[in-house]
Amino acid sequence: MTIAGYSIGDLASVLAMQGFAGLILFSVFTLMALGLAIIFGQMGVVNMAHGEFMAAGAYTTYLCCHLVQKFAPFLFGIYFFFAMALAFVVCGALGYATEVYMVRRLYKRPLDTLLATWGLSLVMQQCFRSLFGAREVGVSLPGWLMGSFNLTDTIQVPINGLFVMTLTMAITGAVFLLLFRSRWGCQMRAVTQNRPMSGAAGINTDRIDRYTFAFACGIAGIAGSAFTMIGSTSPTSGQLYIVDTFLVVVFGGAQSLLGTVASAFSISQVQSSLEFFLSGSMAKVITLLVVIGILMLRPQGLFVLKVRR
Amino acid sequence: MPSRTDFLLSIEDLTVSFDGFKAVEDLNLYVDHGEIRVIIGPNGAGKTTVLDLICGRTKATAGSIRFKDEELTQMREHEIVRAGVGRKFQNPSVYDNLSVFENLEISYPKGRTVFGALTFRRDKAVKDKVEEVAETIFLADHLDTKADILSHGQRQWLEIGMLLMQDFDLMMLDEPVAGMSVREREKTAELLNRIIAKRKDRSLLVIEHDMKFVENIAHSVTVLHQGKILAEGSMAKVQADPQVIEVYLGH
Amino acid sequence: MMESSQNIPFMTRKELISFAVLAALLFLVLPSALDVFRLSLVGKYLTYAFAAVGLVLCWGYGGILSLGQGVFFGLGGYCMAMFLKLESSDPISTKIQSTPGIPDFMDWNQITSLPFFWQPFHSFGFTLFAIVAVPTIFAFIIGVAMFKRRMGGVYFAIITQAVAAILTILIIGQQGYTGGVNGITDLRTLKGWDIRSNEAKVVLYYVNGGLLMVALFVSQYVRTSKLGRILVAMRDREDRVRFSGYDVDAFKIFVFCLAAAISAVGGAMFTLQVGFMSPSFVGIVPSIDMVIFCVVGGRLSLLGAVYGTLLVNWAKTSFSEAFPSLWLFGLGGLFIAVVLVFPDGLAGLYNSHAEPALQRGLVGLRATAKSLMRRLKTA
Repeated sequence: MTIAGYSIGDLASVLAMQGFAGLILFSVFTLMALGLAIIFGQMGVVNMAHGEFMAAGAYTTYLCCHLVQKFAPFLFGIYFFFAMALAFVVCGALGYATEVYMVRRLYKRPLDTLLATWGLSLVMQQCFRSLFGAREVGVSLPGWLMGSFNLTDTIQVPINGLFVMTLTMAITGAVFLLLFRSRWGCQMRAVTQNRPMSGAAGINTDRIDRYTFAFACGIAGIAGSAFTMIGSTSPTSGQLYIVDTFLVVVFGGAQSLLGTVASAFSISQVQSSLEFFLSGSMAKVITLLVVIGILMLRPQGLFVLKVRR
Repeated sequence: MPSRTDFLLSIEDLTVSFDGFKAVEDLNLYVDHGEIRVIIGPNGAGKTTVLDLICGRTKATAGSIRFKDEELTQMREHEIVRAGVGRKFQNPSVYDNLSVFENLEISYPKGRTVFGALTFRRDKAVKDKVEEVAETIFLADHLDTKADILSHGQRQWLEIGMLLMQDFDLMMLDEPVAGMSVREREKTAELLNRIIAKRKDRSLLVIEHDMKFVENIAHSVTVLHQGKILAEGSMAKVQADPQVIEVYLGH
Repeated sequence: MMESSQNIPFMTRKELISFAVLAALLFLVLPSALDVFRLSLVGKYLTYAFAAVGLVLCWGYGGILSLGQGVFFGLGGYCMAMFLKLESSDPISTKIQSTPGIPDFMDWNQITSLPFFWQPFHSFGFTLFAIVAVPTIFAFIIGVAMFKRRMGGVYFAIITQAVAAILTILIIGQQGYTGGVNGITDLRTLKGWDIRSNEAKVVLYYVNGGLLMVALFVSQYVRTSKLGRILVAMRDREDRVRFSGYDVDAFKIFVFCLAAAISAVGGAMFTLQVGFMSPSFVGIVPSIDMVIFCVVGGRLSLLGAVYGTLLVNWAKTSFSEAFPSLWLFGLGGLFIAVVLVFPDGLAGLYNSHAEPALQRGLVGLRATAKSLMRRLKTA
């Protein structure tokens, strides 16, 4: 029996592989959305430059790859881990500076933060263009990350995809542990829920804000590293996912990290499944329309606590 | 259970629950025409929630609120306002960027649709009404003052004035004298009594903590505790009730 | 000193002078100082000003930030483009196509008959109606869906941005029906009149300027009416306005639709002056640019929006010619600077610096004139 020319077995394989492609997309969404969920959901700051922080991480990885290839080719097999750590540090530092010089002044004015961070994103894009050129750059992967892994006869799974997914799960787990089991996470949640009281309890709210913002940008940097494994990087790479990332965060219920992950999963799966049957652009359009439609019916997002208004 | 239907406001079996927590439970409250009813009780008793439910800000989980024979629980906020119920908020809620005159003018019950607002003209009827109300609320000399530089007490009066502009049948005031000096409280009591005297079918529902003020204005008092009525009746009766003393008034 | 109990006049004397200055600038100074090429460039900038003026009402006064005004600008522009394209795609001029009588890009995409939604654009009357109606209806739908659900502020802004992205993707993806990423190009005549000639460009400049003045007057009327005051009240205390008996959602929808309609007119005039319309004026980037024009002007000033648009676009053209790579730095820096340092924009600078200086100058002038007169009399 065939459907649209594909046998059931074929379809199942196709859906599995499409699902897997969706999982890679899910990983990118999750890593981007986690950082943004912390900044937007917990701190209430709209960071339109979040995509550019991701791109900064990607470019850092590219630089690492280049330098290692040139000066220390024996390290090539493991350079990737080093690159990710560096991306985290670099983007974290950039985030720290952004918080101190820009975001700090605009906490009471979310719409203005939106505009200012958009301006920052333009500046960063131009920096990338000036430093690395306007064309796309790619990262060479070490041998063990390339190729695919045959799950069954008909289902092939790219290894870099598996790596990215494992990485995402590890990082998501780390973020949850940090936020809900560590002292710093507890302080951060206290500050976002009741700033004056936290200050009165002796927490240095300014410092917590700075480190939280920096941390979230660091995660975006790691997302950028992961991104290099599945695509090339250009100055406008950040723009590709920013709208989706915001929708993912809002759809998941901006206050809930679990919601963010669930939302990233559903949106990425819907989009990649649709991509098989429709053209890429229509799949994206329909996915976005569905998300907006659901948001109109339930503006608070998927996960929400009912409180007295 | 009284079955008279000529109460101005009849609340029956009103319940609202937030995620399982019952802020108001099976409440029955009746307000007569021309009455000043004061609701007192400890913090968290549900007093503000009752006002939220009446004016439509919060949706009830169960029960009915009848006002002049209309069921308020089915109506949207601005419809409830048009039906004749006005609310003054706990924090003075006036338009800081507009003058006293403009604040009162916005509350004038004409030109409230989009088209009406575009074509609204400030004619003599409007001006007269604004000046009349300003006189009542002790702000006749401050018509051109921007609201954000008024004193706290004056802002409270301005908000009451905004309610007066609309000739509400039921006015709900949430802690009207909070933050006022002794002299201002006396003037406010005078203002509220004056309001009732002017129109016999109008009623006031007031939440307050200042017992002296309550004595000066209340026709009857309802004591709320944990979402339920603890006692009801005249001020003297309620003040002598041992349960009320235990929970709220203190020995 | 304005007495509050009088009706706020449609225009105070100060405002009348400001409007007159702008009119003089647009209709007298610029046409005599600039050649046709640069004049028509200014005309192009002025079409963006429509969107910025709409944002002053919708955002400055109403507090509704829309990051998708490009959508309405583009819809208006595309309506006009469709009419103009159909006019130049008559069967005779297109007889070399596989299917004559339809636009060239449809032919390239193997489309064999005019899609149904293109058909009504044969009529100029319908096109004029559609330019205003289509974006307004679209804005109405978005407004009803969002405002009735009490979605405002940042959420609303993000959704409008998503809508702009969606429409752009849709237009680019459906290139057979819309001309794709290149847009609808090669527009030549409006009802037989060649819009590419120099004299046509001058005429269109004046028409554009005239329509902009109309938009400014309409906005001024709204701003000074009771509705304008209610918008300000709503922006500060929405709950209170609602509890004064106003259907706040209806007011938000109105001002959002009005801003959409004004932007759409700008889009249509853009198509006429520039000769094409493409999705690069619909998406996220142009929409945010329109917001920055409004912000640079000082979000509460209608005339400021016009001057802000002219200033930023002039800077863009100059910089792009001289230092192309620096322009994005400049624009990004402008966003940051205006938000952090000059939140009141040009209007704020005018009120705090230029106007007092002007007053002092005028007073000095008057004093000098008076003493001169006295001396002449006693001489």
